[in-house]
Amino acid sequence: MRERADNSSTATLPEVAVEVDGLHKWYGDFHVLRDINLKVWRGERIVICGPSGGGKSTLLRCINRLEDWQQGRIIVDGVELTDDPKRILAVRRDVGMVFQQFNLFPHLTVLENCTLAPIWVRHLPKREAEALAMNYLARVKIPEQAGKYPARLSGGQQQRVAIARALCMNPNIMLFDEPTSALDPEMVKEVLDTMVELASDGITMLVVSHEMGFAREVADRVILMDDGQIIEINGPQEFFANPQHERTRAFLRQVLR
Amino acid sequence: MSAISDDSSSYVRRLPAASLKPPAAQAGIFGWLRANLLSSPGNIALTLVCIVVIAWAVPPLVRFFLIDAIWSGADREACLASAALPNPGACWAFVRVWFGYFVYGFYPAPERWRVDLFFAALALGVGWLARPRAPRRDIGAVYFFVALPILSFILLHGAPLIGLAVVPTSAWGGVLVTVVVAVIGMVFSLPLGILLALARRSELPVVKVAAVAFIEFVRGVPLITVLFMASVMLPLFVPERLAPDKLIRALVGVALFSSAYMAEVVRGGLAAVPLGQYEAAHALGLGYWRMIGVVILPQALRVTLPNIVNTFIGLFKDTTLVFIVGIFDFLRTIEAARADPRWTAPNVTVTGYAFAALFYFACCYGMSRYARGLETRLARAGRR
Repeated sequence: MRERADNSSTATLPEVAVEVDGLHKWYGDFHVLRDINLKVWRGERIVICGPSGGGKSTLLRCINRLEDWQQGRIIVDGVELTDDPKRILAVRRDVGMVFQQFNLFPHLTVLENCTLAPIWVRHLPKREAEALAMNYLARVKIPEQAGKYPARLSGGQQQRVAIARALCMNPNIMLFDEPTSALDPEMVKEVLDTMVELASDGITMLVVSHEMGFAREVADRVILMDDGQIIEINGPQEFFANPQHERTRAFLRQVLR
Repeated sequence: MSAISDDSSSYVRRLPAASLKPPAAQAGIFGWLRANLLSSPGNIALTLVCIVVIAWAVPPLVRFFLIDAIWSGADREACLASAALPNPGACWAFVRVWFGYFVYGFYPAPERWRVDLFFAALALGVGWLARPRAPRRDIGAVYFFVALPILSFILLHGAPLIGLAVVPTSAWGGVLVTVVVAVIGMVFSLPLGILLALARRSELPVVKVAAVAFIEFVRGVPLITVLFMASVMLPLFVPERLAPDKLIRALVGVALFSSAYMAEVVRGGLAAVPLGQYEAAHALGLGYWRMIGVVILPQALRVTLPNIVNTFIGLFKDTTLVFIVGIFDFLRTIEAARADPRWTAPNVTVTGYAFAALFYFACCYGMSRYARGLETRLARAGRR
């Protein structure tokens, strides 16, 4: 399946969900991303790990163009990201993102957080958007919190709302930027459980995370990034049992202890 | 009662502790006095000083403005010192006689019902929008921002087609002009200020430079200068008959002036919205204006609400400056009336200014209280 050429001429989505090609990015003189090449297949679940400052989040944020870059190409669902705002919006509409700090809208209720984009971007009628939102809130198991404001929820609940909010746009691809790093330990599991369930639905997922248990259970491929480069890509079995690169071994020694 | 004894490290409560009343010295009115007025020697001294100041200042004021005040009369004779009235107080008769002039200016008496109707329509609009629980505030907004301006123009200016005689703006005056200038200034300065603030944060250099230049120029120039430029310099470049109405020129000047200040206030609020909010809105695929309208501004304006009202209060008081270009606002009508030879008397002047102070205080304090109420309500909503 992985050898098949992409087929974007039909109405169905291309086999390659995300293609990153020779990507370089600098912050001033600092070379944050160095020659990143990556193909993410439709339905694939990828976990990106590595030491902090290695460029993981930056790479993820390039995929929906929250960051721009100086060299290379990114193609998402067959659309090449350029400076054209129309293309950027089109890609963002079909790519959901979950942030480390949740970034819920504090002035809106949980339900309003979820219906905002369907109403304003997809132009759904309010009632339909609310039905959609309640459906996803039920899936992340907090429908009873719909009328509350985010500040009244625990961190884990807020992150699940953030996942529901992203899902309400029916994205083809979900990006998770360290979704459990800001959570108290007892709340990590409820968010990971939600993500595991989501993974079983077959949605394409790119997850920046240090949760190695999650990576082992869910990932199709695990990537180690360090110094702005992809150091190693492998299936989870091989990645954990038989890491090839010295830096991967060092990293795994650190996080697995 | 059942203290933990020193030698035991374990303890189990057998009886629930009853809820008792607080000690008398800390409750009720004595508790309040103690906590707020007499909590420390410094506080006691301050309380005493305040009592002395109040005892010294308040009785003469009450005597002048209420007890010795003259409530009726046809001219200055009623308010002058005489054998029967050796120490005349405030001359409220002056305010009573001139009241119509203070409110309407030279607006012709038979047409003044139109101004009253305008005040009523305005009060309805303000009440509709200002009450958080009022029904259908969306209709209220349409009424206030679309219907009311048209209605007001027809009412105040006149429409010969439907039998309303034209009243030129030179005949407008008093509270009418003050209210018109203030309301137009507020209604235009907020959206203009928001646009300027957004422009100032724009990534497009031309937009940004234009906004910065405008804001910094206006903020660097006194309002009087702006008004002078609007009313004196404009006719130098444009023939007088092509130049817009004098009041409109002043209105434009006031609105542009306050929008520059509003822009800086709003900019502070925009800066207070975390970057993550922009990113979340971007990630959901919201375009720029939707993001600003439904995600960023609601949060930014909430933070800046006290400052916005503060700017409104400043604007309201600044409307008095339009007298400099010959427009008869409320304060100017009092000035004109007290200079009338039939009414020249020292206590008339004091009464006129006191009346003006009362009016401005009532309006500004009202705005301030309303903002406080709104703030607490929004703070409560934020914690929900």
